[in-house]
Amino acid sequence: MKFTLTDEQAGFARSIDDLLSRADTVAANRAWAAGDHEPGLKLWSRLADLGVTSLATEASPVEVCIAFEAIGRHAAPGPWIESAAYLPLALPGVDLTESRATVAMPYAVDADIADSVYAVVDGQLHSAQATDSSPGIDPSRRLFAVSAGDRVDHGDLDAAFDLAALATAAELLGAGERVLADSVAYVKQRTQFGRAIGSYQAIKHQLANVRIALDFARPLVFGAALEVTPRSVSAAKLQAADAANLAARVGLQVHGAIGYTEEHDLSRWLLRTRALQSAWGTTAYHRERLLADLLAAR
Amino acid sequence: MNLDFSPDELAFRDEARAWLAANVPAEPLPSMDTADGFVAHQQWERRLADARWSVVSWPEEFGGRGASLVKWVIFEEEYYRAGAPGRVSQNGIFLLAPIIFDHGTTDQQQRWLPSMATGETIWAQAWSEPEAGSDLASLRSTATAVKGGWLLNGQKTWSSRAAYAHQGFGLFRSDPSAERHRGLTYFCFPLDADGVTVRPIAQLDGEAGFAELFFDDVFVPDADVLGEPGDGWRVAMSTAGNERGLSLRSPGRFCATADRLLDLYASVLEPVERTSTATRVVDAWLRAEAYRLYTWGTVTQLAGGGDIGAAGSVNKVWWSELDVALHETALDLLGAEAEVASTWTDGYLFSLSGPIYAGTNEIQRNIVAERILGLPREVRA
Ligand SMILES: Cc1cc2nc3c(=O)[nH]c(=O)nc-3n(C[C@H](O)[C@H](O)[C@H](O)COP(=O)(O)OP(=O)(O)OC[C@H]3O[C@@H](n4cnc5c(N)ncnc54)[C@H](O)[C@@H]3O)c2cc1C
Repeated sequence: MKFTLTDEQAGFARSIDDLLSRADTVAANRAWAAGDHEPGLKLWSRLADLGVTSLATEASPVEVCIAFEAIGRHAAPGPWIESAAYLPLALPGVDLTESRATVAMPYAVDADIADSVYAVVDGQLHSAQATDSSPGIDPSRRLFAVSAGDRVDHGDLDAAFDLAALATAAELLGAGERVLADSVAYVKQRTQFGRAIGSYQAIKHQLANVRIALDFARPLVFGAALEVTPRSVSAAKLQAADAANLAARVGLQVHGAIGYTEEHDLSRWLLRTRALQSAWGTTAYHRERLLADLLAAR
Repeated sequence: MNLDFSPDELAFRDEARAWLAANVPAEPLPSMDTADGFVAHQQWERRLADARWSVVSWPEEFGGRGASLVKWVIFEEEYYRAGAPGRVSQNGIFLLAPIIFDHGTTDQQQRWLPSMATGETIWAQAWSEPEAGSDLASLRSTATAVKGGWLLNGQKTWSSRAAYAHQGFGLFRSDPSAERHRGLTYFCFPLDADGVTVRPIAQLDGEAGFAELFFDDVFVPDADVLGEPGDGWRVAMSTAGNERGLSLRSPGRFCATADRLLDLYASVLEPVERTSTATRVVDAWLRAEAYRLYTWGTVTQLAGGGDIGAAGSVNKVWWSELDVALHETALDLLGAEAEVASTWTDGYLFSLSGPIYAGTNEIQRNIVAERILGLPREVRA
């Protein structure tokens, strides 16, 4: 029993985090939202070189979670969950490591830059064509409606869904950690009434609650990575979404009005967090699935 | 990264499970805060000790099994899953014993540990005072050096189990001229010593779960000072983490309650009660599961030579709020029946004290903010 990353896994976490820290991911995110995919696609290929696109088939769900936590922490753009978590399991035998793909769930995220687009219809995977785009709450996740075409051979779509939901949970965890870190830095430096606002207990206690919520989301995410089941994945997604949402709400509050602006980088994570709460199974869906599973096991 | 147990750990778990299945009393024992219940709980401690299950992590020479931290958590999970009684000896075993092992003399270890392991001697923690709660270092009870020992004077309060316990342990101000965290000394003393008056205080449930203690020139020999005179704060703080963190609040307790909550949910037929509580039932289970997994992370860290440190405060807020949520949800599920006294109402009343004892949750949040997040310290008078 060793419930912590191995040296090798910690090394992988560091290298992906280093790569993303050196790249200007926020600029790539903003450009992507504005329709300029150039910087985001460069970032995509560097992450692919690091192996992120082959983790789902060649590594373990723990590595998948490590990568997605880093993607969340840095708000990297692109259909990562779709292309690197869901579709590799949904399409076994199809090599997606060198391409980008997306799938409508129910919207196809970033279909305009995907080499292939899929849709699930009545429990079967179909190839699909992007039609209309709709503005999303997170403009760096561009949403497209699709029309489904031919059925394609597919693998275990439930397993693919669970890995995607788990990756989403890990991304939410990373986003929450980032917002907390940035908020802590901000409240140490912002003064009002002659003191750093971080010395006021009303601020400290809110940030402490965020630390606590994230600390208890992490073991559910990595616990689910060790044993991916509908129960463990739903638990991870629920708690990670809750903790990230708390981080976002508190993060916005302690920043005051500057946090409410588009120009402040905090906006990237506030919008991403809200979008991912609804993606890959809403909170209500996962809660119901978890309850049903728990009751069935009694 | 893995959550697998070794064959040896699995064998240990099976042995514990089998023993508990054969020995846990079928009927819950009466409250340990009543005269009869106290004795019944002491007898249970004796039974545990006879089979060497009372202090599994202690060295064998003191009645333990020298079990690793992993095995200790495994044992706790089995213990609560089996519905075994609360531990009347917990203050001694979990709060005092680690200090005796770390700071006690060989003589103290031999005098105090064996009877603690069998439940023959029950210990009470005497830290709080009427004017020193959250601000513990402001305590005023005194210790005055005399020939061969010390004289204790003053008042302690909220001392759990003290109404029926035999021995107390706590901090006294031995050097009034020293800065407030210095000049404190850690003492052990019999609760029936000359000059000690114990006045039980009934808790919300009407039972005398804690007591106040009055000290009037109580003589304590030098041999009963734990650690060095004047070093009491440092000695005491080495157990504060135990109280908040892992060793007193094993996840087994909350996971077992979460399982019982699911059973309750499954058995409740009133559609209104079910629909209105479904979300909270899931969330309470989820938080217990998060706590269970979090604990394995802590165990890994400790086994690797790490220290829980301020993370004990993260833990404390979580388990205490979880316990309230589990019980509030159960009472809401019970509907009108919740008014009738039951193990759920008992558990509920007890859960309400969680956010207060072992350092209030406000104090824990201050610690998380200052020591983990690195935020500026509070402005203090
Ligand atoms: C069931 C139970 C069992 C106990 N058992 C024991 C025992 O065995 N031995 C023992 O020594 N003690 C025991 N205690 C006492 C417990 O440790 C104290 O109650 C606790 O430390 C709080 O102190 P207080 O009650 O004096 O509250 P106070 O310190 O007066 O606090 C009152 C309120 O003010 C808040 N507050 C205080 N200071 C701050 C601050 N700086 N910032 C923000 N908020 C603040 C607190 O959080 C709390 O909400 C027990 C208590 C209970 C309820």
